[in-house]
Amino acid sequence: MEEIRMEYYLIISTLMLFIGIYGFITRRNLLAVLISVELMLNSVDINFVVFNRYLFPDHLEGLFFSLFAIGVSAAETAVAIAIIINIYRNIRSIQTRELNTMKH
Amino acid sequence: MEYTLLILLLPLVSFFVLGLLGTRLKPCVAGWIGTLVLAVLTLVAYVTAWEYFSMPRVEGVYATLVPLNFEWLHFTQNLHLDLGILLDPISVMMLVVITTVSLMVHIYSMGYMNGERGFQRYYAFLSLFSFSMLGLVVATNIFQMYIFWELVGVSSYLLIGFYYTKPEAIAASKKAFIVTRFADLGFLIGILVLSFYTKTFSFDLLTSGDSSIFAGAAGSTFLGASVISWAMALIFIGGAGKSAMFPLHIWLPDAMEGPTPVSALIHAATMVVAGVYLVARLFPVYYFEAPDVLVAIAVIGAFTSLYAAVVACVQTDIKRVLAFSTISQIGFMMVALGVSGMEGHEGLGYMASMFHLFTHAMFKALLFLGAGAIIHAVHSNEMDRMGGLRKQLPVTHLTFLIACLAIAGIPPFSGFFSKDEILSAAFMFSPWIGWTMSVIAGLTAFYMFRLYYNIFWGKPAVHEHEPHEAPVNMTLPLVVLAAITCVAGFIPFGHFVTADGLVYDIHLNWTVAGTSIVIACVGIAIATVLYMKGTNPVPTRLAERFKGFYTAAYHRFYLDELWLFVTKRIIFGYISRPLAWFDRHVVDGAMNGMALVTQKVSWAIRGLQSGQVQQYAFIFLLGTLIIVLLLLYV
Repeated sequence: MEEIRMEYYLIISTLMLFIGIYGFITRRNLLAVLISVELMLNSVDINFVVFNRYLFPDHLEGLFFSLFAIGVSAAETAVAIAIIINIYRNIRSIQTRELNTMKH
Repeated sequence: MEYTLLILLLPLVSFFVLGLLGTRLKPCVAGWIGTLVLAVLTLVAYVTAWEYFSMPRVEGVYATLVPLNFEWLHFTQNLHLDLGILLDPISVMMLVVITTVSLMVHIYSMGYMNGERGFQRYYAFLSLFSFSMLGLVVATNIFQMYIFWELVGVSSYLLIGFYYTKPEAIAASKKAFIVTRFADLGFLIGILVLSFYTKTFSFDLLTSGDSSIFAGAAGSTFLGASVISWAMALIFIGGAGKSAMFPLHIWLPDAMEGPTPVSALIHAATMVVAGVYLVARLFPVYYFEAPDVLVAIAVIGAFTSLYAAVVACVQTDIKRVLAFSTISQIGFMMVALGVSGMEGHEGLGYMASMFHLFTHAMFKALLFLGAGAIIHAVHSNEMDRMGGLRKQLPVTHLTFLIACLAIAGIPPFSGFFSKDEILSAAFMFSPWIGWTMSVIAGLTAFYMFRLYYNIFWGKPAVHEHEPHEAPVNMTLPLVVLAAITCVAGFIPFGHFVTADGLVYDIHLNWTVAGTSIVIACVGIAIATVLYMKGTNPVPTRLAERFKGFYTAAYHRFYLDELWLFVTKRIIFGYISRPLAWFDRHVVDGAMNGMALVTQKVSWAIRGLQSGQVQQYAFIFLLGTLIIVLLLLYV
């Protein structure tokens, strides 16, 4: 079985990164923004694993690093959701455009 | 004679006590404090005068004493400001005049100002004025004189504006302050020029007759006159401002808005003669270094005197009449100084000027205080509200008559002697000035008796209350001043004050004296015919006949309007307004423009700081992208 070439993984992860960036910039819902951030993080995780697997098969740093990053992102998501819930309690909305009370 | 320091300390302490504690004190207590301090001060001044004039003469001259002098500000070897006390015949004479009149005014005010709001403040200001005026006359150097000169200006301002709820009083006080301050600018420049060339402020050095200190100015001329002449002319402008010489006299008639005793003290007897005193103090400098200025002083004095006498003839406010008469009499003193020489008989004018200053202070203060008593009785300044008051106000009537006779120049009252000396000096200088002054003396007699008859004779005006004689604390000063006026003429003044300091025996020049008596009598006679009955139609007919002249004189020949025109139209219109425009549009405009640009730019770029994190992220990415592209392709 022919091995899947590294470039395919990279294309997928690049696509995920830019979809994440696009979502981060354009989405108006905080939850969607959070999901976009997760997409970007995951694309980076994929890169870590792929580079480790193809370029340095004898080492495990990339794998561990991505595991570590997944853990951090889980914690980060928990914090982010807590913030979003608090925002919702305060202004009854999680639309980014309405988060402008600091401006005035 | 170190105790002369008390002359300055006492009124200063009294000012601070009354000024700081005044509202805690009962009005009468404040009045008594002020009056008692002044009484002690008067005593000190008399003792000083007694001791000074009983000193033996040195080479026939009273020595100039400086009992106290200390360096107040030291800048360089040559430039230092001293404060001290200088006693010489004229300053001692002024001490006597000021303290006497001031004491009389203090006593009189206890009655006149009784029950006024701010009674304590009034006495505090009177003390301040006494302090400043005494400091002015005992100044050892021209700069100390300038300091006290400004202080009398301030106290005059405060006292004219005493009734600060009255708009006229506020306007008058501002006018007085601004006009005199404007003149003082000349004084200051004059002082600076003079001391720049002579390297000294000290009167002692300036008037020592030692011309070597003026050597530095030799050959320096400006517009055809020597710099010393310019300096002395500028100094005279300062004196002209304070002494209400034409055309800077406009503040004095308005200053009559102040309380009447203040007019008597400041605007008749003491402060307004400061200019005369200044010229007398610097007389040797004028005589030896700037004789051309001295002639100008004589001419200005004569013109002012004539102008004021004419205006005084048609005024209806009694205090205004007295104000113009004061201006006219100060003109006499200036003329006398201007025509004076230095030695012996030549120096008659100087002596006459100082003599007239002395006698005039007494009888003019008396006239003003008398006018105060009359105003107190009828509650009006206007002549037509008076008439026939001689029955109701016997003491005021008698003392006022004495003062009128004195100012008209009828012997044996004091004004006769001093005015006669002035006329003699004027005739000695030039018959033109002599005859002019004689005519003015006649006018003086006329307008004073016009005033007198309109107040005390004629048909009585209708009054709401029956006018009654003033209380004894007001009549007492009148009587005292009247007594002084009766005897002051017999003081051998030439033994005390002369130009060169040597004894000069006054001997009446009966040609001049006779002429002046005749002229005065004619003036009085005309006034008697026209105004004694109060029913003579001639004055009205004359006023109708010369309507233009009468109206012009009544409006003081429109000089106030002229000044207003010059200041409001020309100075404001052509200097101040463009400057204001420049300030508002160019100076402020630059600042406002900067603010405006900042504001506009901020508005334009405030969209960047939207607070939308997504937008920040977008811009951040865009920037990153641009940098990456630049790095890749450039």
